[in-house]
Amino acid sequence: MKRLLQIEFIKLWNNRASRILIIAYFILLTFIALFATINFDIGEVHFQLADQGIFNFPYIWHFNTYIAAFFKLFLAIVIVSMMSNEYSNKTIKQNLIDGLSKKEFILSKFLTVVVFSVISTVFIFVVSLVLGLFYSDYNEFSIIFSDLEYLIAFFVKLLGFFSFCLFLGIFVKRSAFALGFLILWQVFEGIFYGLVRWQTDGNIANSISQFLPLSAMSNLIKEPFSRLNAVQSVANQIGESYIKDYGVHWYEILIVLLWTYLFIYLSYALLKKRDL
Amino acid sequence: METILTVKNLTKKFNFLTAVNDLSFTIEKGNVYGILGPNGSGKSTTLGIVLNVVNKTNGDFFWFDGNTSTHQALKKVGAIIERPNFYPYMTAVQNLKLVCKIKDVPDSKIEEKLELVGLLDRKDSNFRTYSLGMKQRLAIASALLNDPEILILDEPTNGLDPQGIHQIREIIKKIASTGTTILLASHLLDEVEKVCSHVIILRKGVKLYSGRVDEMIASHGFFELKAGNEKALIDLLHNNPAFGSIKNENGLITAFLNEPMDATTFNEFLFKNGIILSHLVKRKESLEEQFLALTKNQSN
Repeated sequence: MKRLLQIEFIKLWNNRASRILIIAYFILLTFIALFATINFDIGEVHFQLADQGIFNFPYIWHFNTYIAAFFKLFLAIVIVSMMSNEYSNKTIKQNLIDGLSKKEFILSKFLTVVVFSVISTVFIFVVSLVLGLFYSDYNEFSIIFSDLEYLIAFFVKLLGFFSFCLFLGIFVKRSAFALGFLILWQVFEGIFYGLVRWQTDGNIANSISQFLPLSAMSNLIKEPFSRLNAVQSVANQIGESYIKDYGVHWYEILIVLLWTYLFIYLSYALLKKRDL
Repeated sequence: METILTVKNLTKKFNFLTAVNDLSFTIEKGNVYGILGPNGSGKSTTLGIVLNVVNKTNGDFFWFDGNTSTHQALKKVGAIIERPNFYPYMTAVQNLKLVCKIKDVPDSKIEEKLELVGLLDRKDSNFRTYSLGMKQRLAIASALLNDPEILILDEPTNGLDPQGIHQIREIIKKIASTGTTILLASHLLDEVEKVCSHVIILRKGVKLYSGRVDEMIASHGFFELKAGNEKALIDLLHNNPAFGSIKNENGLITAFLNEPMDATTFNEFLFKNGIILSHLVKRKESLEEQFLALTKNQSN
């Protein structure tokens, strides 16, 4: 396993574009801290985002994982190209001839994806913990370490998404087209949801589309904004009360894990079946 | 003798095209093999199958004694097929380090192998800056990193300039002289003739011949002769059952042997019969002549 990771590390780290994107990704993750400095001064009202409770434990776990997940697109580019470059450079052929089995090849890519997801999760854990300790109104141990399931959801979300990218890279073989396909798929899921909703109703559309890969991944961490105290109180004043389930559910995690398995399995099956 | 590769009834079909048809052969340790055939005769496909990058349709093959999986066996094999494939953004040394990791060997031999192919002074240049000849030589260095049991080369001189071709051939000869088994696929007959002891001839995916190069055609060779009295010489040869066909091209008489005979005996025989030669050469058919004869026979 160490050998496979080393192989992939040599390939990735010596590629300048990948290296820059990876570094940029982690720098951007730390920029979440910049939310703390957002200030508005509207006449008498002095507004600082950090004071609105977004960095309160345990809400911060929800908020930060949700925001951080947007940056996954940077790593998506790295992952798609690390797969499709093997095809365009024909190095996949040489790797196999040199004695890497097809299983090891897929495994080395998948392990890299797992490592990316783990490091991202640990990273966001540390950044959130530090931010929280600075700004949170509650600093009791039990509160700090509650709602940690958002980190699990974050990890699974990245794992599923990166596995999807891996599969697209192997399936399409060209990085630009693979990324285009990713966007196309997102549009497809949107249209599908719209069609079902149009024919039936929102509940049925939701319950069907939650099984689609990208919808399943985005369902893992719901938007945290309407959960903010400020927003809640505004909503209450205009007579609208939000009763929304913000939790992370085991079946949502299961759906994404099943997709992950499917993507990796399909990548392997595709590689096995193809002549290079 | 130790067997390195056994191929049994191997068949590969691409839709309706049969690229390799019921092919069987074995590769023994210590010999230099050539796979010979025109373009599209299934050479690369065969190599692709035994190297785990092309799926077979039927038949079987195994490496060594058949107890190791293909990818484990490939760690003891060095192979280059078609174009050299490396990561363009990495230097020669970085690329070779990666190959060492894949083959599970220590990277202590990198310098030595780069020296062998004459790339030591360019070891820290990116692969993309290399000329085709240098790329091909790097590929050979990479294939040698594990001191392989067998070196497989598919058209190693394709697309190179005369100097590059010469360099590659010198390297191959150097490697062959160390006793490494070599399997060389090529459509260039003189290339195979120069380095190979055994040959496998393919045409449209079918094996026409496999065995030693010098036993390819059951022939005892021929004499090329010149003499003052041509007519007497030709008459004499016609009356000798040891000779088959006799050709006369602008005074150069070619007499094909039906049975073994050395030049001394033959010269003595002629001298006793009063014919004095001005030119006597004993030759065997070149690989090219044999190859053409063989492919011609089969196409009828």
